[in-house]
Amino acid sequence: MPRVMNVVPPRGGRIMLAMLPFLVIAIIYVIGSAERRAANPDDKLLPPVSEMVATSKRLAAEPDRRSGEYVLWVDTVASLRRLVLGLGISAAVGLALGLTIGLLPVAGAGFGTLVAVLSMIPPMAVLPILFIVFGLGELSKVMLIIIGVTPTLVRDLSLEVAAMPREQLIKAQTLGASTWQVAIRVVLPQIMPRLIKCVRLMIGPAFLFLISAEAIASDVGLGYRIFLVRRYLSMDVILPYVVWITLLAYLVDLALVWIGRRAFPWAFVMEAR
Amino acid sequence: MSALSFRNVWVEYGNQVVLERIDIDIASGTFLSVVGPSGAGKSTFLRLILGQERPTQGAVFLDGQAFPPEPGPDRGIVFQRYSVFPHLTVLGNVLLGYEFAERKFSARLFGAARQQAIEKSKALIDAVGLGEHCDKYPSALSGGMQQRLAIAQAVAKQPRVLLLDEPFGALDPGTRAQMHALIKPLWRDLKMTIVMVTHDIKEAFGLATRLIALDRVRRDPQAPERFGAKITYDLDLTRDSVVPVLGFIRAEAQA
Repeated sequence: MPRVMNVVPPRGGRIMLAMLPFLVIAIIYVIGSAERRAANPDDKLLPPVSEMVATSKRLAAEPDRRSGEYVLWVDTVASLRRLVLGLGISAAVGLALGLTIGLLPVAGAGFGTLVAVLSMIPPMAVLPILFIVFGLGELSKVMLIIIGVTPTLVRDLSLEVAAMPREQLIKAQTLGASTWQVAIRVVLPQIMPRLIKCVRLMIGPAFLFLISAEAIASDVGLGYRIFLVRRYLSMDVILPYVVWITLLAYLVDLALVWIGRRAFPWAFVMEAR
Repeated sequence: MSALSFRNVWVEYGNQVVLERIDIDIASGTFLSVVGPSGAGKSTFLRLILGQERPTQGAVFLDGQAFPPEPGPDRGIVFQRYSVFPHLTVLGNVLLGYEFAERKFSARLFGAARQQAIEKSKALIDAVGLGEHCDKYPSALSGGMQQRLAIAQAVAKQPRVLLLDEPFGALDPGTRAQMHALIKPLWRDLKMTIVMVTHDIKEAFGLATRLIALDRVRRDPQAPERFGAKITYDLDLTRDSVVPVLGFIRAEAQA
């Protein structure tokens, strides 16, 4: 009998093992839901799966009676637009600032502390300011994501640049590179994989900020919908929405991994070693 | 022409003296080995020429001229590690030097200019024996191959001085011998000055035309950092009468 730490499941077994916890959770839910229904036919807390499927179908495939819109898709498009805009702008700003602060000692001395302090501001605390300054429209929601995500990206990327072997930067200079050339040809490509990793980790916080902003002031969006139907205890809407949001976040994550592998094959070769 | 001269150079970090009274003229075309125990300032000596460090006192001149205190294309370097760019292929690594020189803003070459640069790069890559690995990333190369690439990359800029910082220290003996057989003819053909820091005494004697040893001669037990290292030996190795040192056969490196 080998040690447990040496037991590696085969490929098929691994998928089975991955599915197992999901299955257990589903079974527990179904049993719990049935128990509550048996005790109280009007129970709203754990709606049966059939009810959730029916509601999801109505939200996704039938136009809303009042507005004539397909609610789920309208919400999804609105939220994803805000999320992608927010994450995209954060990534661009984070990359530019992180590279500058990490590479140039002057910029590091000038902005490093500022960024460290700014990153400690709880983004939710400035949400009212955003609403006041940018109004209740799209801009304030995107800004909240940017404010929440960018400082972390800047700090992590500047540390990544600072941790690059000095030898490489010196070698580039002996090849005649200017500061600008070092930045775009040596440093930038090497921190791109790190940027992708960081953005992956920030998907969670970005969704948090997005849903918070939508819950407080919005008329469309996944977060808005959840908080709207909360008043009616509509768990049959909330639960599928939560699953859908989770699935979206997971798909965005997978997409980023895929982009990283395609665009920076060298980084994944190095990681495998 | 690429003669180096050190004029009464001292390097101090606060109270600690690393090098003191370094006074040496290195003629153009010399292959200089620098040996000495750890902490004797060998790498500092190299960094002075590189421009990464400036002397606390005195000055270093290249062909009688002072040079700016930062690395530049007239002084190439090969480090023990991290000398090549992991995100570029072998070809891309060598090409980069040409791209830096010819496109100030984009640092990228396209079309005919790129083709020309690729041809020049390929010739160099062939010269260091990496011809069939052009499209591989450095992570797919062995340590010796990475150092070959680093040498090709440095030589592409035709530096006046090539600095080698323990370039073969991390290689196995067989690969090291191959690298010796590569560097000596390169040096002879390109007529550049080479300064090599090494721990390997055999290598130092076998390759170089001149050898200096750095060491701390004076020692104050109460303040060990008070005295810096000086040049304790300065040997001319060009005469063929030199006894084979530690079994190293000179012909081996010259083959």
